[in-house]
Amino acid sequence: MRLHAPSRRELLLASGTLFAWAYLPKLACAEGRDPRFLAIILRGALDGLAAVAPVGDPDWLALRGDNALTFDGKVPPLKLDDFFALNPAMPNLHGMYQAGEAIVVHASATPYRERSHFDGQDLLESGLPKPAASETGWLNRALAGLQPGGRIDPKGSKIFAVGPVTPLVVRGPAPVLSWSPQRIQPASDDTVARLLDLYRHSDVKLASVLEDNSKLSAIEQSGDMGMGPKPGGPGPAQARAYFAEAAGTAAKFLAQPDGPRVGALALDGWDTHVNEGIASGRLSQLLGALDDALGAVKSNMGAAWQETVVALATEFGRTAHINGTDGTDHGTATVALLVGGALKGGRVIADWPGLKGADLYENRDLKPTTDLRAVLKGVLKDHLRADDRVLAQNVFPGSESVKPMTGLVA
Amino acid sequence: MTVGESGLAGGFFAMGARGPEAAALALHRFGFGPAGDQITAIAGDPRGALIEDLNRSGVLTANLPSSAEAARAVADFQAERRAEQKLALRAQKASDAEGQSQAMSDFAKTAITDAGPVPGKPPLPQQIIQSEAKARFDAAAGAELGFVERLVWFWSNHFCISADKIVAMAGAYEREAIRPHVLGRFADLLQAVESHPAMLFYLDNVESMGADSIAGINRDKGLNENLARETLELHTLGVRSGYTQADVTSFAKVLTGWTWINPDQPDRGGEFIYNKRLHEPGAQTVLGKSYPDTGMDQGRAVLADLARHPATAQHIAQKLAAHFVADEPPPTLVVKLAKSFSDSDGSLKEVAKMLVSADESWTPQRQKLKPPAEWIAGALRLTGAQDTIPIGPIMNAQATLGAPLWRPPAPNGYPDTEAAWIDGVPRRIDIANQFAGRLRDADPLALLDSGLGPLASADTRTTVARAETRNQAVALLVMSPEFLRR
Repeated sequence: MRLHAPSRRELLLASGTLFAWAYLPKLACAEGRDPRFLAIILRGALDGLAAVAPVGDPDWLALRGDNALTFDGKVPPLKLDDFFALNPAMPNLHGMYQAGEAIVVHASATPYRERSHFDGQDLLESGLPKPAASETGWLNRALAGLQPGGRIDPKGSKIFAVGPVTPLVVRGPAPVLSWSPQRIQPASDDTVARLLDLYRHSDVKLASVLEDNSKLSAIEQSGDMGMGPKPGGPGPAQARAYFAEAAGTAAKFLAQPDGPRVGALALDGWDTHVNEGIASGRLSQLLGALDDALGAVKSNMGAAWQETVVALATEFGRTAHINGTDGTDHGTATVALLVGGALKGGRVIADWPGLKGADLYENRDLKPTTDLRAVLKGVLKDHLRADDRVLAQNVFPGSESVKPMTGLVA
Repeated sequence: MTVGESGLAGGFFAMGARGPEAAALALHRFGFGPAGDQITAIAGDPRGALIEDLNRSGVLTANLPSSAEAARAVADFQAERRAEQKLALRAQKASDAEGQSQAMSDFAKTAITDAGPVPGKPPLPQQIIQSEAKARFDAAAGAELGFVERLVWFWSNHFCISADKIVAMAGAYEREAIRPHVLGRFADLLQAVESHPAMLFYLDNVESMGADSIAGINRDKGLNENLARETLELHTLGVRSGYTQADVTSFAKVLTGWTWINPDQPDRGGEFIYNKRLHEPGAQTVLGKSYPDTGMDQGRAVLADLARHPATAQHIAQKLAAHFVADEPPPTLVVKLAKSFSDSDGSLKEVAKMLVSADESWTPQRQKLKPPAEWIAGALRLTGAQDTIPIGPIMNAQATLGAPLWRPPAPNGYPDTEAAWIDGVPRRIDIANQFAGRLRDADPLALLDSGLGPLASADTRTTVARAETRNQAVALLVMSPEFLRR
C-alpha cells in the first residue's frame, strides 16, 4: 500500500514554520564589528505627518485643523526638536531618539510617483526605479553582493524573513531562512470593515450577518462576558500581538552569534482612508503596536542592539489634507525611520518642503525632497560595507545619481 | 437574443445563452468557478461546454489504497498501538517492582520509544484521509470545468457516510462507490452504494441478521433497520412518500446477509460479503410487491425497483435542482428533471444534460450561497493555491466552517441551503485572509477579471482595486457576494 507522501515543503508549511535552521558558518567580524540589519516594510502607506508632525511649520494647524498634533492639544506629541514632534503613541521610539538611537527622515519617498498600493509596494521592495515585475528584492541583492572578508561574509549567509510568504524585499540569490507564527492570523478589522461596506452596497443579507457578528465580537471583547476588558478592542490587540511577535522573533534570530545578520518583515494596516484616529483611534493604536514591536526588537537584541540598524519604510505617504471622512488618501512623501544602537541618532533629517498649497506635490501631497534610496544606500554602505557600484547598479539599479547619505551610522 | 436580455417574466436566459456573463454563471453554478481564462474560452457556447464536460469520467486515478486495504492497514495500526501500550504498561510495572528499568527487553524499550507520534507525520488514519482529501481537492481545483466533480460531490453528500465512524474508508468509498456511476445509471449507483462495506458499516447492516436466520437463531439476535430505512427515506423514495413501517421491516429482512469481512481478518478483511447464515429466509413484501428469497438477488431486485420508482425520480429531481439552482427551485425545472430521470431509466448523464439544457437553470439571479467546501475549492482553483497550501489547513478550514470533510452529523448529509451556511460567512473572512496570506505576487485585478468577469459589480471592482495589499485584495475578492453566491 502506498500513500501520498507529503512533500517536505508541505510538512514545513503544515507546521506553520519554514524552519530550516541549519548550522550557519561562523561569520566573519572584520573590524571587530558584527552588524545586524532589519528592514520593516509598513504596507498600506503610513501617514508621515501623523507619525512625525511638523509642529513648527506655520501652516501646520491650518492644514490639518483638529487632526493636527500640537503641544497644546488634548494628547500632546513628544518633542523631537524645535520643528518636529513624534506621535504620542510612540514612547519607546522617543526614548531611543533621546538616547541617540533613532533617526527620522522626513519628506522622503521612493522614486514611485503614482498612487497604487500594489505597484508602490513592489517598487519599494524590488528597489527598481519604475514599476516592473521583479523576482528579487534590494535587501537580498545587497547581501549577495557584499565582498567576502567584510563585516558580513555573503558566503553561506542567510537572510531572515517573517511570514508564510517571503516578502519580495528578501527574495533573491542569497538563501532565505523564514519563520512564521504558528497561530492563524485572523482577518484585520480593516478587512472586515471593507467587506461590510461592500455588502451594504450589494448584499443586505450578508451585511446583516456580518453586522451581527461584529456586535457579538464587541460584546465578547467588552467586560460583559466576564473575560475582563481588553484595551483597544479586538483588532488593535491582534495587531499589537502580531507586530511584537514578528519583530521580536526576528530580533531573537538576528541576535544569535551564528544567526542570520539581515532580515525583513512586513506589517500591514496603514491604509487609513476613514476615521484615521491620529491622536487616539486606529492609527494611534497601530503606531502604539509598532512602538511595542520596536521595544521588543531592542530588548531581544540584547548586546547586539549596539550593532543594530532597523529601517522602517512604507510605499508612499498620504494626502496632506484630511479628506471628507476624517482620513487621508494616497499621497507621496512620508517618513522613513531608522532605529538601532549602531546609529548616530537623535536627529530629524529633512529638507523641509513646506505645507503651503504651492509647496505641496500636485497641490495635495507632502513633496518628496529626499530619495529613500539615499537613506537605504547610506545604511547599507556604512553599516554593512556594501560597495558603491553594487549599490548603484544591482541593489538599486539606475540610482547612480542618488548618492548614499553619509553619517547615519556611528 | 443577447445575454442579459431576459424575454421571460422569470428572467431566464434564452435557450442558447452565450457570452461571457453566461459563461461566468455556468462556471460558478455548475463548476467550482473559473480557473485561468475559462470565461473567455467557453463564452461561445457555455451550455455546450457543460454538456461536453459530461464526456469526461468521474473516476479518479490516484495511487491510493482500496477501502479494504485501508481498513486492514488501520486495523493493524490500532492493534500495534494496543500492543505497544500494553508492553509499556508491563515494563512500567516491572520497573516499579525492581526499582529500575533494566527489566525491559530491548524490544519493549524500542516499542516505548516508537510509541509516540512521529513529529510532522500524523497517525496512519489521518494520513489516509489527508491523502484522499488531497486527491479530491486536486481533482476539483484542476478539473477542466468541474461539472462532473460537482456531480461527484452532490452524490457523495446524497449517499454520505461518516469518517467519524469509519475513517479508513471515507475517501475510498467515494472513489469506489460514487465516482464510477455519477454519469451512469442511478440503479447501478444505488447497488454500488448499498453494497459497499463503508455504507453497510455506517448504517449498521453488518450487525443485522434475520431472527429466523441460522445466525439469528444461534445468537438470539435479529434485525437492524437502519440501512433499510435510510435507503427508503434518504437515498431513494424520500420521506413521507408512502412507504410504511412494514415496508421498512421487510426491506431490512431482505438486506440481511449484506455485510463485510471484519477488517481484523488479515486476508480479505474489509471486503463486502454476502453471508447466507445471516439472511432471513423466505419471501418479503416491499411496497406491495412480493420478492421471493433468492439470497442476495432478493436485495438487488428491491433496489432495482426502488431505483425506477416515480417517487425516487421526484426526490432526486428536487434535490438536484435545489443544489444547483435555488434553495426553492422552479417547479417546472423539477418536473423536467424527474421526467428525464424516468424517461431515460435513471440515466444520470441524461439528467445532468437536462439540468443544463433547461432554461430555468440559467436564472441570472444567483440565489445559492456556495457551501463551505465548494467555496474553498473555488478559491483554490481561482488562485492556483492548491499547489502551495497543504491539505491540513484546507481540511481545518472546512472544519472551521462547520463542514468537516466526510463527517456529516447525520445520514442526511450536509444541508444545502443558504440558511444553514450564511451565519458562518464571517468565519470565512479569516479563512480567506489565511489563504490569501500564503499567495505570492497575486494580481488581484487579473484574478477579478478571470474569476468573475462581467459578474463583478462596480462596487466589488472598486473594493478589490483599493485594497491595502495584494493579499487583502484577494481575500476581499473571494469574499465578494459574487464569489460567495452562484
